[in-house]
Amino acid sequence: MRLVEPRGGLVVALVATVRRELTLSLRRRGEIINPLVFFALVITLFPLGISPDPERLAAIAPGLLWVAALLATQLSLDALFRGDHDDGSLEQLLLAPQPLPALVLAKVAVHWLLTGAPLALMAPLLGLFLSLPAGSYGVLAISLALGSASLSLIGAIGAALTVGLARGGVLLSLLVLPLYIPVLIFGAGAVQVAILGGDVAPWLALLGALLALALMLAPWAIAAALRISLNG
Amino acid sequence: MTFRLEGRGLACERDDRWLFRGLDLSVGPGEIVRVEGPNGSGKTTLLKILAGQLAPQAGELAWGERPLRRVRTEYLANLLYLGHAPGVKTALTALENLAWYQALHGERGDTASRLTALAALGLRGFEDVPAAQLSAGQQRRIALSRLELTPRPLWILDEPFTAIDREGVAALEARLWAHAAAGGGVILTTHHALPGHGTLRRVSLGEAA
Repeated sequence: MRLVEPRGGLVVALVATVRRELTLSLRRRGEIINPLVFFALVITLFPLGISPDPERLAAIAPGLLWVAALLATQLSLDALFRGDHDDGSLEQLLLAPQPLPALVLAKVAVHWLLTGAPLALMAPLLGLFLSLPAGSYGVLAISLALGSASLSLIGAIGAALTVGLARGGVLLSLLVLPLYIPVLIFGAGAVQVAILGGDVAPWLALLGALLALALMLAPWAIAAALRISLNG
Repeated sequence: MTFRLEGRGLACERDDRWLFRGLDLSVGPGEIVRVEGPNGSGKTTLLKILAGQLAPQAGELAWGERPLRRVRTEYLANLLYLGHAPGVKTALTALENLAWYQALHGERGDTASRLTALAALGLRGFEDVPAAQLSAGQQRRIALSRLELTPRPLWILDEPFTAIDREGVAALEARLWAHAAAGGGVILTTHHALPGHGTLRRVSLGEAA
């Protein structure tokens, strides 16, 4: 029997992985909707719990929106690799003759597309509940879009590290929350600055820089974490 | 070009207990190696080590004279590994599952070839049904149809007969021998006898090591 030469085909593998993840998520809509519902619920409860006073709400709105979005992302991360781990397709993914960092990046990209991007689109609407001042809605959406991509990448490292554990949820939060903090500070900061009428460009640039850094490093870290997890 | 996977002095330890130590193993064209041993003797672990998933605590693996870690991509391109879990996504149909596995190997493939592979495993008529609605044996057959779909010289199969009915077992046994006769190599764990004509070599685990 002839030996098979490795022949790349990375693009084919990436396209197929993205399509597979999209199909899977769309067949289990509950998993996509859960974080969005959580986000909406938390934000709608705040005016009831704190005070309907617009000025008071507006002061804390950027932070609230960002924290709620961050926790919603966090909620959805545990499932990122768990299904694949349980049915054995994760080990097949690791044994594919393709660079693993690229394959996991495809998975994370779909996660962001179905969690981070909808959260960013929903946030301005929920900002209305918190009487977020006009002029900061665009910045809120952009900062969340950029920031949630970083959150997905960083969170995926934690998800990969805890995938072999029976109940990795709490550990996952402890692992990745410290790494979320810079994203949270710059993200909420950008919206705050927009409200105060300052220049948001440097803040968004910092968020972009964090995302660039995460894009460069996280895929390798996720791949290494998956190998460690499956080695256990 | 020919191939040979060789393990020399492989060892694995779990919870301060050696599952196996100083294990030598080699598989090449036309050979079927059956890893035997009682439950918990480290068969699955050994297969994972051979597939390059786990690192052995001692010993070396070589693929065609070269250390495996140096030629990992070449090795993986020639390997078909079916693990204990079938690796079948239950929310996807059989065709979708196969399409992804083909793509992982860089092949776009086509539906006709996937249908042929599924039909060979007796899944005609179940191609478009989500795997969740299929039985455990049928899900295992989806995984096994990759043997037809992506020809690879070396097969590493962890309990491939699990949940397969009697006719399926006979067909799969014949398929394994056909693969060996065509110059392929197989390493597998199973409690089946594997009757056939050809070299069946045995590696026994679980003796006092």
